[in-house]
Amino acid sequence: MSKHTLSVLVENTPGILARIAALFSRRGFNIDSLAVGVTEHPEISRITIVVNGELTRLDQVIEQTGKLVNVLDVMELEPDARIIRELVLVKVRADNRTRSQILEIVQLFRAKTVDVSPEAVTIEATGSGEKLSALLRMLEPYGIKELVQSGAIAIGRGPVPLIDRRPRPATLAPWAAAIA
Amino acid sequence: MGVAMTTGLMTGAQSLIRSLEEVGAETVFGIPGGAILPAYDPLMDSTRVRHVLVRHEQGAGHAATGYAQATGKVGVCMATSGPGATNLVTPIADAHMDSVPLVAITGQVASKAIGTDAFQEADIVGITMPITKHNFLVTKAEDIPRVIAQAFHIASTGRPGPVLVDIAKDALQAKTVFSWPPVMDLPGYRPVTKPHAKQIREGAKLITQAKRPVLYVGGGVIKSGATAELKVLAELTGAPVTTTLMGLGGFPDSHPLHVGMPGMHGAVTAVTALQKADLIVALGTRFDDRVTGKLDSFAPHAKIVHADIDPAEIGKNRAADVPIVGDAREVIADLVQAVQKEHSEGHKGDYSSWWKDLSRWRETYPLGYDQPDNGSLSPQQVIERIGQLAPEGTIFAAGVGQHQMWAAHFIQYEKPATWLNSGGAGTMGYAVPAAMGAKAGIPGNTVWAIDGDGCFQMTNQELTTCALNNIPIKVAIINNGALGMVRQWQTLFYNQRYSNTVLHSGPEDVNPDAKGTRVPDFVKLSEAMGCVGLRCERPEDLDKVIEEANSINDRPVVVDFIVHEDAMVWPMVAAGTSNDEIMAARDVRPDFGDNEDD
Repeated sequence: MSKHTLSVLVENTPGILARIAALFSRRGFNIDSLAVGVTEHPEISRITIVVNGELTRLDQVIEQTGKLVNVLDVMELEPDARIIRELVLVKVRADNRTRSQILEIVQLFRAKTVDVSPEAVTIEATGSGEKLSALLRMLEPYGIKELVQSGAIAIGRGPVPLIDRRPRPATLAPWAAAIA
Repeated sequence: MGVAMTTGLMTGAQSLIRSLEEVGAETVFGIPGGAILPAYDPLMDSTRVRHVLVRHEQGAGHAATGYAQATGKVGVCMATSGPGATNLVTPIADAHMDSVPLVAITGQVASKAIGTDAFQEADIVGITMPITKHNFLVTKAEDIPRVIAQAFHIASTGRPGPVLVDIAKDALQAKTVFSWPPVMDLPGYRPVTKPHAKQIREGAKLITQAKRPVLYVGGGVIKSGATAELKVLAELTGAPVTTTLMGLGGFPDSHPLHVGMPGMHGAVTAVTALQKADLIVALGTRFDDRVTGKLDSFAPHAKIVHADIDPAEIGKNRAADVPIVGDAREVIADLVQAVQKEHSEGHKGDYSSWWKDLSRWRETYPLGYDQPDNGSLSPQQVIERIGQLAPEGTIFAAGVGQHQMWAAHFIQYEKPATWLNSGGAGTMGYAVPAAMGAKAGIPGNTVWAIDGDGCFQMTNQELTTCALNNIPIKVAIINNGALGMVRQWQTLFYNQRYSNTVLHSGPEDVNPDAKGTRVPDFVKLSEAMGCVGLRCERPEDLDKVIEEANSINDRPVVVDFIVHEDAMVWPMVAAGTSNDEIMAARDVRPDFGDNEDD
């Protein structure tokens, strides 16, 4: 079992997330994380899905997802050809004795302190899943009071955007073409 | 755009009916209700769209499916919101499993009421997401023509399938301008029909190199209209052809290259041919578990050439050595050319030793049945005689169970779209409404529903629809008084403990007097619904009753064939076991001369 990162370009229409979720649920595919947002083209959204699975199974995930009518394209982003980021917001117990140690960890990981109170600090950090796990392991001994994590988002390396295959122009059905 | 048109203001409902007329929907099966009511008003005035008022929405859905399977056109059904829509769920799921082009139109509560648990509200778009090719919720009148055009396009192109269009009541009532043809907006929908030339060459090469090839043919060949091309390919190569339950009629049963149906109840020759093959050329078929049996022991020596229009089917169950994405007709036509080229270069397959094996199996293990020794009717004989006495061009629709398998075995299918059944979903109750839909679509041909007494009791109310709408179908009830296929499994795997499979009597401790009664009396029931009801109980009456049924064409006819209850479907591969374990009959394991095998 290994993790794979898929970028799914979809029409920005209501219900598309439900369609993807329904498909994954029905076909028994496991989603590790899912993040969705609009792209540089307002009519197109991009969903980053991290799935766990064997390669044959992954082909099924890609083909079945690609069949959804509102899905424009599905691509796997290979580990060496992509940049992947997750975001965590974490509230860590901190007092006068431990606060400076925690801030040192925050600096080491190039994270940010976004809120401080006498009993806690709230830290914002971005990075790969591995980096964030390492950060959380370091913070664990101080006491994690609350943790919020985003799904991963990923972008390909190099100058070419993923949307090089633009959606095709609207088509006429054969019978409609015959009428016209 | 020669006849492009824009009209004045009309309601969304009027634009829906106009759109249905423009896409060529001639027949719609449905039932009105609150949310869809606005659409039924203009429907009354349409001269181009015939509406058939069914008695249950499930009947509407299966009728649309039968219509589509028999005519090759898109079947249309219509229902109101809530329970009307949810009653369509079974036929939609059925059509999805068997790739039937279907458009289901449902009314929805007014858009402002959506999400409030309004009266007769159901999230039918959410409910049908996993069982449709695509679905739409329409809340604006101006979207109706475009969505209807898209729905018909999606349903009928690529791998066909059901599309649901849910229209909010206020969208049907609002005023809009109708203009046709609408511009479709489906940037993510690009079915591939043209196969890749390199893959075709690879496939042709394997065919000519093989020693033991099999052409494994499914419903895709019928849907793409590729039967003529298939016959050319088969005769060019000389390879045996097996047609699946959905592919029956895609290749003539009587053709010498035909080795029968594969699968759990397949012919011994077809099942064994796949098991021993060194090459399987799968055309428009999906390696369903009922065909493969235990997957990891299926066709262990075979290389696989798999052609399908749906790329997700290729490699889903069995890895393909040569995957070909494309429409079956284009694939087969291209394969014919590529094989001809191989032949012209002197590469021709020699299958003579393979045909020696195949012929031996075919002679030793033909399909057959025993006559009951107590003088009662044999269900297989009933079905066989119906097939033999049927007029030219008869279309057969079966329910699900033993009678379905016997109808697959003992009726000869020579032409495509003459055999309709619920293959993937296995929907009991399919036959009567599907036969109704087929007859409505092709009124000139005889349509026989081969049904079981269990199936018949699920959807027989559509005989009223048939009687009142001049749709004179014929129904053969293969009445063994039991849920026969389930009973067969209880006989074989549950020590003859017949838990809840007896239909002709109640539980003995509850009602001991009811044993063996004919409740319901299918003859009286059919007569009450406006049909001719006949009964046949003795082999000597069989032909006479069938001929009488064949001679009545002004009303539906139902024949209650009282058959012997212990008949079983053979051959059989028990569920979850390998196809190598096929039993030709009870306790009869075929002898394949395994020791002379390589």
